[in-house]
Amino acid sequence: MAATAYEAPPPPPSAPPRPAPRRDAVRTWKWSHRLAFGTCWACGIALGLVCAAIVVYMGVRGVQYLNPRLLFTRPQPGLAQSTTGGILDPIVGTVILTIIGIAIAVPLAVVAAVWVVEYGRPAPLARAVESGIEVVAGTPDIVIAIFGLAIFQLPILAPVSFTASGGGVFGRSFLAAGSMMSLIALPLVFGAVREGLTAIPAHVREASWALGKTRVCTIREILLPQVRHNVATGAALGMGRIVGDTAVVVVLLGATLQIERQGSVPILGDLRGTGSTLTSYVYNASPAGEGNAPQKAYAAAFVLLLIVLFLNFAVDLLGRRRKETRA
Amino acid sequence: MLARLRQPWTDRQATWRLGAVACLVLLLITLMVVFVTVRAWPMLRANGWVSWLGPGGSVDDQLGRMIKTGQDPPDAAYHLRAWPLVYGTLLTTGVSVLIGLVFSVFSAIFIVEFAPARVRAVVVPAVRLLAAVPSVIYGLVGILVLAPFVGNHLISPGRKTSVQNVVQLDGTGVLVAIVVLTVMIVPIMIAIVVDALRAIPPAWTEGAAALGANRWETIWTVGVRAARPAIVAAAVLACARALGEAVALSMVSGSRGFSPNPVDGVTYLFEPIRPLAASMVENVDAMNAPAVKSSIYAFALLLLLSSLALSIGGYLAKLPLRRQGLRV
Amino acid sequence: MSAHERVADPFLDDTLPSLPPPRRRVRLDRTPVPVAAPGDAAAAGARRRQRGPGGPERMRLERLSVLYGSHRAVKDVSLPIHAGEALALIGPSGCGKTTLLRTLNRLTETTAGATREGRVLLDGTDVEQLEVTALRRRVAMVFQQPNPFPMSIFDNVAYAIRVQNRKTPRRRDLEPRVVDALRRAGLYDEVADDLDRPALRLSGGQQQRLCIARAIATRPEVLLMDEPCSALDPRSTAVIEELIGELRRELAVVIVTHNLAQAHRIGDKVAFMYLGDLVEYGEAEQVFVDPRAERTRDYVAGAFG
Repeated sequence: MAATAYEAPPPPPSAPPRPAPRRDAVRTWKWSHRLAFGTCWACGIALGLVCAAIVVYMGVRGVQYLNPRLLFTRPQPGLAQSTTGGILDPIVGTVILTIIGIAIAVPLAVVAAVWVVEYGRPAPLARAVESGIEVVAGTPDIVIAIFGLAIFQLPILAPVSFTASGGGVFGRSFLAAGSMMSLIALPLVFGAVREGLTAIPAHVREASWALGKTRVCTIREILLPQVRHNVATGAALGMGRIVGDTAVVVVLLGATLQIERQGSVPILGDLRGTGSTLTSYVYNASPAGEGNAPQKAYAAAFVLLLIVLFLNFAVDLLGRRRKETRA
Repeated sequence: MLARLRQPWTDRQATWRLGAVACLVLLLITLMVVFVTVRAWPMLRANGWVSWLGPGGSVDDQLGRMIKTGQDPPDAAYHLRAWPLVYGTLLTTGVSVLIGLVFSVFSAIFIVEFAPARVRAVVVPAVRLLAAVPSVIYGLVGILVLAPFVGNHLISPGRKTSVQNVVQLDGTGVLVAIVVLTVMIVPIMIAIVVDALRAIPPAWTEGAAALGANRWETIWTVGVRAARPAIVAAAVLACARALGEAVALSMVSGSRGFSPNPVDGVTYLFEPIRPLAASMVENVDAMNAPAVKSSIYAFALLLLLSSLALSIGGYLAKLPLRRQGLRV
Repeated sequence: MSAHERVADPFLDDTLPSLPPPRRRVRLDRTPVPVAAPGDAAAAGARRRQRGPGGPERMRLERLSVLYGSHRAVKDVSLPIHAGEALALIGPSGCGKTTLLRTLNRLTETTAGATREGRVLLDGTDVEQLEVTALRRRVAMVFQQPNPFPMSIFDNVAYAIRVQNRKTPRRRDLEPRVVDALRRAGLYDEVADDLDRPALRLSGGQQQRLCIARAIATRPEVLLMDEPCSALDPRSTAVIEELIGELRRELAVVIVTHNLAQAHRIGDKVAFMYLGDLVEYGEAEQVFVDPRAERTRDYVAGAFG
């Protein structure tokens, strides 16, 4: 009790400490505000319901139709659903495309990001590169696919796919699709690496330069190791996008159920050949495509969803681990 | 040459080599625009630069005729009036983005301001998850669940017979396409708007509260106002995604180059359409015919120019906001 | 060169004549500088402005305590707040004066874990009985950092009026009230040419005056100010202090400040707080010139802060 120079009135029986009432009551608001409040709640509940519906429905159907045997059987063309085989080739196709796409996108994106952040002269050129990558990010994937077709049907790129008997280059193969997938993943990796590089404070670089290291050396030995996990995050985001993309696959992969080799060289022949991925398999097995195997479509969609969930989880984990090591 | 690359680089060498790779990306983009324009040239030249966007006959018939022409078609074979496709694109994109934007803003306000903590902890990861789901899954759910529901329960048999000479009403159409597209673009918009609402300087929200504004007024007059640049960015992003959505829409939109007539009343919602991107995906197999190839490249050029125009439009829309002192 | 021929080195060679040290003329200023005795309020008082007119009691704190979790930020404070004068809350950092101020318009509720004991009365009514938005319309607040909204000047000042009306008033009706508020805040002459300019384009002092105009636009009964001049330059500070002198004629002003000279300049009553306790309360002259408590004497003399 402090010595106060002010004579307080006879103190009223002080009430026990109570948490101050937190919020203003909605019932006192204008009707238009109450309507808006109700709308917000309605939208929130609708959002929750839609999320739950999609996740639960896909889960239920997937568990219902996904037979572990399907994961290891090759798909066959067939009329009845029981004869259409499994989804091994689409899974392998997805994996191959993702690997090719990331293998091309990550080095390109890292080099571009390093150049833009660390060098970036002349400045208009750096801005142009950044805008260009944003344009790629905003381009619909169907346009990228069509562009890929235009490029890979050039005679000069015939080795990447194969030349049909009439003389026209087919232009569709794993290599072709993978290259265009790299364009789709490129902006994501670029953005992540650029963010990582700009987050490194200037004094780290200045300390290295003050010791006499060249810029290249600083980048290679100090900066790049620090953005390793940004690269991983970007790659995981890019992988998520590649795995989920259908338009590029439908246009550039030739839409054969199984992986068809071109030529006799083992791995290169497969890469030059055509095949399918989970996304194109789902598209073809649905009533919109050729097959009419909704059960297999659900199974494949469920596997696809699991892969995407896993990649999402990996991105979250990487982000959280960085916060822990930084803090 | 590899041996020369492996030796330690000097800074000048690095500038050139790294810069060359970075410019490779620029090169790819210019190549993209050039290639698409060159391939689209025959169609544009034969049809007039913009009149091919107008109405005139059935676009499906015209495409079908193109397929039958040989390897060296005369100019007349390029005749195309793609208005139904453009109309379908504008309809689905426009309505989805509008509905989606309103829904996203209200949902974002709910998540940031009104949701109890437990609800928030569930909804936010759910939204992020939905944003990552591939579009083909949305299309699958649309065609296997929504379309049969609409076709069997919402469209009466009488309605089907009334238009069966013109179109088949089987559930896929305007309504299902708009619903699927809206559900696809909403999670991204919510994520962007929520991030922006959370980043409002607390000085503003506190100042508004101290002036006697209730929670709704604070978030609406100050929060949403401050988040306007983000809302514009979300709308542009959603528009770009909606324009380019090919696969899901080709599954649920009915796949007929048809212009629904609003005068038809409720039947309007059930009539089939086919947006540009979906048309491209469905006609890819027919691209051996040069006329079809040129048409598809013309569609691609149109989409490319639209997404460029969207980016520029978004940038211009944010300029007056920058004047007000908002961080864009 | 032979060994005995050395180059003359002025540093090493003693045989060279040494130079005299350099001489500089230094001028001493002999005019005496008067040193003010600590607590020499007479000299400081000459600079003080006129007293406020005084008036009825607007708010009263009765044994108010505020706790953040288990930490007591404000301990058992009882104070009156009268219209027509300015109450200055002084004290070192962390003494609870800002918490006390924010409790007056129930802004402490926005902090999680804040609880309260005791009562705060506004015109005889417990503030907890009032609707919190209604309370904040009668007790307005100006913050330390100017925080004009990202809107035009007109919209900023009209914000409070729009918020407090059931029906949104038209611009025609708002304009005279906005102009009046800007005039009373002393900002009208500087912005009259374009009221639709973005508010964030104004200078710091102008922004703070805009915030004051915004707060007084609805004619509140009490105006709370949380170190309003600490982020401003001296010239803007002088302008705002003069403004406070004008405002206190109509409202009750409570101003928290860590600047003792400022408290002396503009306060009519002064309350000194230390670590949550109200150590002394009284007329400004009395607290600064002849404080009753030892701690007040030390603080006013600058022994700690």
